[in-house]
Amino acid sequence: MDLEVIDKIADRYKRKESALIGILQDIQAQYNYLPKEALLHIRERLSIPLTHILGVATFYNIFTLKPRGRHLINVCMGTACHVKGVVRILEKIERELGIKTGETTADLRFSLEPIRCLGCCSLAPVVKIDGDIYGKVKQEKVSRILKKYE
Amino acid sequence: MNKIENLEHLKKIKEENLKLIFPKKTRILVGMASCGLASGAGEVFQVLAEEIKRRNLDITLVQSGCAGFCEKEPLVDIMKPGWPRISYCEMNSKKIRKIIELLLKGKVEKDWILAKAEEEELLLEGTRRPYPLNGIPEELEEILPYKYHPFYEKQLKIAMRNCGFIDPENIDEYIARGGYSTLYKVLIQCDPDQVIEEITKSGLRGRGGGGFPTGRKWHYCRNAPGDIRYVVCNADEGDPGAYMDRSVLEGDPHSVLEGMIIGAYAIGSNEGYIYIRAEYPLAVQTLRKAIKQAEDYGFLGKNIFNSGFDFSIQINRGGGAFVCGESTALMASIEGKVGEPRAKHIHTVESGLWEKPTNLNNVETWANVPLIIAKGADWYSKIGTRDSKGTKIFSLVGKIENTGLVEVPMGITLREIIYDIGGGVPGRKKFKAVQTGGPSGGCIPEELIDLPVDFEELSRVGSMMGSGGMIVMDEDTCMVDIAKYFLSFLQDESCGKCTSCREGIKRMLQILTRITQGKGREGDIELLEELSQVVAETSLCALGQTAPNPVLSTLRYFRDEYEAHIKDKKCPAKVCKDLITYFIDEEACRGCLVCKKLCPQEAITGERKEPHRINQDKCIKCGICLENCKFDVIKVE
Amino acid sequence: MIKLTIDNREVEAREGATILEAARKVGIEIPTLCYHQALTAYGACRVCTVEIIRKEWSRLSTACTYPVQKGIEVKTNSEKVKRARKMILEMLLARCPNVKKIKDLARDMGIEKPRFELDNEECILCGLCVRVCEEIVGVSAIAFFNRGTEREVNTPYEINSDVCLGCGACAVVCPTEAIKAEDIKEIRKIPLWHTELKKRKCRLCGEFFAPEVEIDFLKKKDARLGEEIFETCPSCRKKELGNKILYTNSRRRKYV
Repeated sequence: MDLEVIDKIADRYKRKESALIGILQDIQAQYNYLPKEALLHIRERLSIPLTHILGVATFYNIFTLKPRGRHLINVCMGTACHVKGVVRILEKIERELGIKTGETTADLRFSLEPIRCLGCCSLAPVVKIDGDIYGKVKQEKVSRILKKYE
Repeated sequence: MNKIENLEHLKKIKEENLKLIFPKKTRILVGMASCGLASGAGEVFQVLAEEIKRRNLDITLVQSGCAGFCEKEPLVDIMKPGWPRISYCEMNSKKIRKIIELLLKGKVEKDWILAKAEEEELLLEGTRRPYPLNGIPEELEEILPYKYHPFYEKQLKIAMRNCGFIDPENIDEYIARGGYSTLYKVLIQCDPDQVIEEITKSGLRGRGGGGFPTGRKWHYCRNAPGDIRYVVCNADEGDPGAYMDRSVLEGDPHSVLEGMIIGAYAIGSNEGYIYIRAEYPLAVQTLRKAIKQAEDYGFLGKNIFNSGFDFSIQINRGGGAFVCGESTALMASIEGKVGEPRAKHIHTVESGLWEKPTNLNNVETWANVPLIIAKGADWYSKIGTRDSKGTKIFSLVGKIENTGLVEVPMGITLREIIYDIGGGVPGRKKFKAVQTGGPSGGCIPEELIDLPVDFEELSRVGSMMGSGGMIVMDEDTCMVDIAKYFLSFLQDESCGKCTSCREGIKRMLQILTRITQGKGREGDIELLEELSQVVAETSLCALGQTAPNPVLSTLRYFRDEYEAHIKDKKCPAKVCKDLITYFIDEEACRGCLVCKKLCPQEAITGERKEPHRINQDKCIKCGICLENCKFDVIKVE
Repeated sequence: MIKLTIDNREVEAREGATILEAARKVGIEIPTLCYHQALTAYGACRVCTVEIIRKEWSRLSTACTYPVQKGIEVKTNSEKVKRARKMILEMLLARCPNVKKIKDLARDMGIEKPRFELDNEECILCGLCVRVCEEIVGVSAIAFFNRGTEREVNTPYEINSDVCLGCGACAVVCPTEAIKAEDIKEIRKIPLWHTELKKRKCRLCGEFFAPEVEIDFLKKKDARLGEEIFETCPSCRKKELGNKILYTNSRRRKYV
């Protein structure tokens, strides 16, 4: 791992302890997850206990300590999506990929994670894959959507 | 960019840019907030840009925010000199090509037009600006003006005054609509107490949940002992089903910034923070640009308008934790810590961020501020009800014809919102309830449809205003399932610090789960009520204290539905999987094979043109057969 | 001083004191689980819930975090309090049905068997261990991870922490005995944290007395402490001190 990348991120936030969440977000943007080596390095750079860093990293939803798949599927669990049957879509994706919510496929192709509300309620039920948003998703469309991502 | 140091300079920019937003040449706006983009606005914009380039057209193409009518997106507004402004809806690349074609011939496609505007109201100045009309296509005569369009007729846009009309990434367009002139007035002509007085008199209350009087909060914070004070904008819009804050930030970020600078001046703060959800990348990006532009003009930074007042704003992205909407948790999060609430015996206006007096308001509240100061408390307090002044933005979503963001005066009835504006429930289904207030709120049943909507009335019926989510439910929604949904949301989002919330929500969810599985027991309803009371009374923060509300309100209005699950082992709405079976009406089945092909379990048998049948042992109740049957022969019992 | 009423008794307390402190000072007992007088109050277990009445207005709050206020009336055992405390203990008992301390407290409230599905935890997430490690020991070897029902106290990555001193303060403050520190010959073990540390031999008696890392930590922390503190076990130090006194005394007798 190139620790200079981590240093640059820490420097961008002037190595302030209060910027920890932002720093972790930037590390995750770089590596797709929070690698242990990076966190150990941040501990030294910010002079804070590792427990503080991991406390934050495990408290907030957006962080993950395990490598994610190449594509991140976020199924919107907002209320509008719920009343419009998003649970069935979620179950369909689970069956299609053979994994449960929160898991990553063995070939590291997909990670499946619920997300609070994306605020695209007019398109409910909504599924977001990487940066693409799919609205008014139907069960029978799921496999075609997933095929777009290799 | 040069710093703007006086009123003349500001006015000059305003006049120049009024020509930009009411131009002498055609201006096309594409609604490109997150919701628009998700509906395909990006592609529409792309096509427009290509067409303009290819044909070498003298047209200004602008990306704007969301005008509220999300159901009809992508929306494209065309302002052609001599014409009224027209809004095309449900655009795609094919349609927009045709529209350009027609536009060049001076024609329109009237079937795709949502509404027209023959004049624009400049609310801040109290003026109207008509579009000079000449040579308009005949078809435009029949088009409904915005002010008579059912979706817009009853709306009054204060916080969303600029959304969808200006380019949110261009500060000049905000200035053209009167932006930052209120800030000038405040910094040069008012002393801080006057500003607080005006906000107090206006009756503005926090739009983020509790509805605390904004002026009083500012007063407490200004008078709290200490030299350093902070001003914070809560943009961690957490209620599922509410997205007005995102829309305001994406469509008109400067209204929030101007509100914050005015507030900071009144409170005596030189440092501000915006805590924003990381799930809103576009809003973060728009805000960053807006802050940069405000700094370049000198509206943020040192010695604003030569008044001697300094103020800066920093953005903090959240990490995806609903509990961070709670003030003490939000402040812990800004400090880089775990978002764990603390006991609030000493309020954050006295000891908040880094233990300094801190004033927290949400996006919508801040966006109201410039207009209240500009138009005066008397003007504002005439809108709304006795104790709830002004307007509120609601996100009207769920089983509703016209999904979107609607800003309406307080006191409007649920019926007006759901039927007049929202167009009612689609598909000839029966309206059942509307959920307001997010996970802390409750479900309001059909019999209360004439309830006037304000802070007091919503609390009185066991719900709350919250941040303004309004999720409409029809007869196909199971209220026990909804209660279970919210509790499961809250179980995931509870920080887990205190016993009452962590263990209480878990136990309530266990009980609700067994009820939906047909394993409910005699006494479960009473146990839920008992738990609800203790969780509400003894939880550390508002998340736990309000967590039982979805259960209590559904029990209050839909107790029979709980009883049906427990006693008869039936789900009246036919939602709870363990209590329903799918079968085919064999008399009516035409044997089209569609369901057979789609069934993931190969549970459906039958030949072409022969009645099909579902093997109950194999059926997983995914409902794909029901969703796709063209002859409506799949039944649920 | 601030005057208030607790269980119909007039009580005086210094400004900034909590209701719990004010009550204990006059001998009114309020049960607690997550409270320790040496640590920052946390308000997590909710067992110390009391009723606070001010004019017409009554609400429940935790005695350990609520600061005393002039004229308030506190009830530590009203019906409202008992009902809430009973449910809180019922929930804690369902979480930890085999923890003696919880069983006793629950029995005091008249609960034998919770009405909820039983888990089998030993930890009630009171956070005393986390606070003592951070505030008193100053190393933060353990912390809360995850949130909601997933919340737990652990070491980073659930392996032995590289900053744990093996001091055992966490085990001392743990109200449920979920954390145990044990000594097996030259090794100090805290199994829950996967801590296994070698102890130092006493220069005098040859007994193993404290983990090496803890001694080095103390050395670094306060260099003024005499060298013998780091080499001899507490009982030998006591003996040595005794000898010194004896020696001085006998010298006195001899020469003075």
